[in-house]
Amino acid sequence: MTPRVLPAGDHAALVEVDDNAAAVRLARALRTRGGFVDVVPGHRTVLVTWEGERPALALDPGDDETVFPGRLVEVPVVYDGADLEEVATLTRLDVADVVAAHTAREYTVGFVGFSPGFAYLLGGDDRLRVPRLDTPRERVPAGSVALAGPYSAVYPQESPGGWRLVGRTDLVLFDAARRRPALLEPGDRVRFTAR
Amino acid sequence: MIAVLRAGPLLTAQDAGRPGLAHLGVPPSGAADRQSYDLANALVGNAPGTACLEATLGGSALRLDPPAVVAVTGAEADAHLDGSPLPLGEARDGALLELGPCRSGVRAYIAVRGGVDVEPVLGSRSHDQLTGLGPPPFRDGDIVPVGRPGPERCQTPSRCPTPVGETLTVVPGPRADWFTLDGLVSTAWRISPASNRIGTRLEGPPLERLRTDELLSEGVVTGAIQVPPSGLPIVLGPDHPTTGGYPVIAVVRGSDLRLAGQLAPGATVRFRLE
Repeated sequence: MTPRVLPAGDHAALVEVDDNAAAVRLARALRTRGGFVDVVPGHRTVLVTWEGERPALALDPGDDETVFPGRLVEVPVVYDGADLEEVATLTRLDVADVVAAHTAREYTVGFVGFSPGFAYLLGGDDRLRVPRLDTPRERVPAGSVALAGPYSAVYPQESPGGWRLVGRTDLVLFDAARRRPALLEPGDRVRFTAR
Repeated sequence: MIAVLRAGPLLTAQDAGRPGLAHLGVPPSGAADRQSYDLANALVGNAPGTACLEATLGGSALRLDPPAVVAVTGAEADAHLDGSPLPLGEARDGALLELGPCRSGVRAYIAVRGGVDVEPVLGSRSHDQLTGLGPPPFRDGDIVPVGRPGPERCQTPSRCPTPVGETLTVVPGPRADWFTLDGLVSTAWRISPASNRIGTRLEGPPLERLRTDELLSEGVVTGAIQVPPSGLPIVLGPDHPTTGGYPVIAVVRGSDLRLAGQLAPGATVRFRLE
């Protein structure tokens, strides 16, 4: 499929592509070429915004395999989440198998949203697909490692949330004072390790 | 410095926000009515992008120590400086600024020469209602530092309109085909009191969805009109989440965003499709 450009206002456009890998690649290429205010990958889209005249929107991501894939981040996890048992029940696995399945894969940051530094991680084991909670929690602690649908994520801040909690990490996912405020950026890779 | 004698319902620092960080989940934030904010800065001789106070619904009282040049723009509210009326869009030197409740529009911008000099976060002094980034809302008794005035001269623009309008011009959004646009443009929508800087919630007959598939999360802009499963549209404000899973039916034109930032709870709004 060739990318489709959808209208998104008089200073924005939404480019729809085949899959997340294409979205991440295109976003990276557009960011490198410059000219846009924001370049925001989604699950299968890239949003671009600009001021004044629209910059050239080259939809060919080019050959940037030298800078791709992104850097690898190891996330040490204590698997004792409030929903771990229920995830095991829902997936018909035992808890040890849930942990084994979650730590076996290398994930990719598909996009970031919901809150600063909240990375939607793709590439997980299909057996671990679980629905969101019917009633979201009012408070999910920062560092919670969670599952929903095809995604894994780590909550960067304490916030409300409807994902299933399987564990926690001590890593600081977002710190506005750091040179790179978000630990995980689109295209980065993640490995969870059980501690 | 500014002594906050009375904050009013919501008094925050705002500037041009945090553009360029949306891919990290950081909302754009910044003044909801950008033109009124820019004008306030120009009136007192602040460089563009200097932080001002955004007084939601008005009702603030401030003491400037030492006295300073101050101007109020945006929502229509009675302002008094040292007891004398301070017309909207005029810069004067004084110490005690009292702002009445907003009569028209919801956000008044108070610029003080030198600017609000709180600590910037990610390059901006804007309070972000969604994430809490930036300085928290000011409370009664707070002391707010004022920056050193720059070399700019105070400008005297010819007019200072309160940006109030009942009709916002929109263009079709990326998911316009998930709905019929008729429902959006034929309704006089009522502004819900649950509205804030994250989004303006609209009440009226729910929009019917033509497609039931779930949308994968995608980037959204300020002014995007999202339709959640309730069918009641939300116009995203400057503190909106950077990605969303609700289809965007239409987007407010950039030139009308200031009107969106001044929509008052209980008022009605219509959309004109361009």
